Amino acid sequence: MSKVVIHAIYDDEEPLLESAKQLRSQGFNIKDVFSPFPIHGIDGVIGVPRTRLAICAFLYGITGTSLATLMMWYMMVHDWPTNIGGKPSFAYYMNVPAFIPISFESTVLCAAHGMAITFFLRSWLIPGAKAKNPDPRTTDDKFMMVIETEEGSKSNIESILKNGGASEVHYK
Amino acid sequence: MTNLNYTFTNKTKNITFGLMAIGLITIIAGFFADTAPEGVNAEDYHHTRVWANLLVNSYFFMGIGLLATFFMALQYVAEVAWSVAVKRVYEAVSCYLPVGAIIMFLLLLAGQLHLHSLYQWMDAETLNPNSPKFDEGIVNKHAYFATWFFWLRTCLYLSIWSWFQYGFRKRSIEEDLQNGTSIHFKNMGKGAMFLVFFAVTSSTSAWDWMMSLDVHWFSTMYGWYAFAGMWISAMVTIILFVLFLKRKGYLPEVNDSHIHDLGKWVFAVSFLWSYLYFCQFMLIWYTNIPEEIIYFQDRLHNYGYMALMWTVFFMNFLFPMILLMSRDAKRNYYFLTTVGCIIFIGHWLDVFMMVMPGTVHGNWHLSWIEIGTALGFLGLLLFVIHRALTKAPLMIKSHPYLDESVHHHF
Repeated sequence: MSKVVIHAIYDDEEPLLESAKQLRSQGFNIKDVFSPFPIHGIDGVIGVPRTRLAICAFLYGITGTSLATLMMWYMMVHDWPTNIGGKPSFAYYMNVPAFIPISFESTVLCAAHGMAITFFLRSWLIPGAKAKNPDPRTTDDKFMMVIETEEGSKSNIESILKNGGASEVHYK
Repeated sequence: MTNLNYTFTNKTKNITFGLMAIGLITIIAGFFADTAPEGVNAEDYHHTRVWANLLVNSYFFMGIGLLATFFMALQYVAEVAWSVAVKRVYEAVSCYLPVGAIIMFLLLLAGQLHLHSLYQWMDAETLNPNSPKFDEGIVNKHAYFATWFFWLRTCLYLSIWSWFQYGFRKRSIEEDLQNGTSIHFKNMGKGAMFLVFFAVTSSTSAWDWMMSLDVHWFSTMYGWYAFAGMWISAMVTIILFVLFLKRKGYLPEVNDSHIHDLGKWVFAVSFLWSYLYFCQFMLIWYTNIPEEIIYFQDRLHNYGYMALMWTVFFMNFLFPMILLMSRDAKRNYYFLTTVGCIIFIGHWLDVFMMVMPGTVHGNWHLSWIEIGTALGFLGLLLFVIHRALTKAPLMIKSHPYLDESVHHHF
């Protein structure tokens, strides 16, 4: 059977969430939702898995700390031992308080930039990328749910959408 | 709407009375048990260990009431909506402020009457050039520590703080009985006034009562460091009380999002404290000027506080950072309770570290006198907060943001 894509337009987010819950409980998958503003708790309702961006952030942070430590150890202790406030600098740990601000800043820098760049690449929000929004009205005052399904369950889904308060239903 | 009125059960009441009794007995027994350490003339020794303990606890517990008042003022001024559902809880915690202020006042008065010798500069002999106690450093600071000026400041801080606290509490109960926003806007104005007054007095009070224990030493970061320490203690007390009430089945409107937000406050203020604590340490360590570094020499090398100093750092920085980082941790009641208790003890130890090296020096202990006194003050704090919770319905009835707070969800 052939695939069909359904675009359901709503005037409010509440009926959209209600329809989404009904569809999910009957086993249909929701491909995406376009909305003019972020809707709290929608991830769980439409079945988006939890983001792994936090794990990336942690890894980038660790990288930043390690790089800063390596750099300072090489510059200040190994290559050219530097006298910091009259303290011996034969080992990294002896001067560790002086290195903490830089470790911290480098961690934040790497975590923040790494996370932002990963996010842009993953969602392909790069300069020159084509807008994927199928209906520009969803940037203004409309909410749209995109459902990809088999030809056979079309009428079933349409009745759920209409009963749930969808103002328009289109097939692509 | 169930169980709007909190009942202070006899069991809880007996626990608080028991703790207070332990504290009272410990303090009295402490005066008999505490004798002059080696090298100190018994006639010159004024039971410094017991008095220093009283100072640790007076300051630490008063700080909880004080910073709960600060938090309350902050919520009014910033027109915060989510926290309205737990407003009665932080209001109840703030009710300890007048009690703590009286205890602090009596403790300082005892110093002025020379019942204890915690504050070296309270001894007039230090100003007398012919006395063996003469101290030029104190003479140079005499303009600030002149008796009349010190007492003027102390009385102003304590009375004005308590007066603001009393006003907030009174108006909050009045607000329940009427509609409209007039009281809300009045609270906003008073809150702004309190914050301005507190911005200055939080630092100066810390200088007067705590930094002056090491009278020759000074640090411009000290006031903020003390302030951040009191703030986190107050936040932890608030969150522990919210969790306690939730577990008892009260506060049905408080959901996981409110708890999560309180958890975020604990996490953030832990970082504020760590940041100020480390900044103060790093600048002093870096420049290594003798008159400044002595503060950390006393705390790290001279009197054997090294292990305690590290414990304070781990308990108050690394534990909250690692344990409270994830979203799930901030929504788990048992987890939050455990971390809250760790931070509470950690900050009590932090105040201990502020007071002890400058007063009892090497003659420090962490045994029955210290723990018993702390338990006594804890009993008093719990008693005052529980009693304040019974005085007003746990959920407020009228507030412009009440509805928003009840629907708080993220």
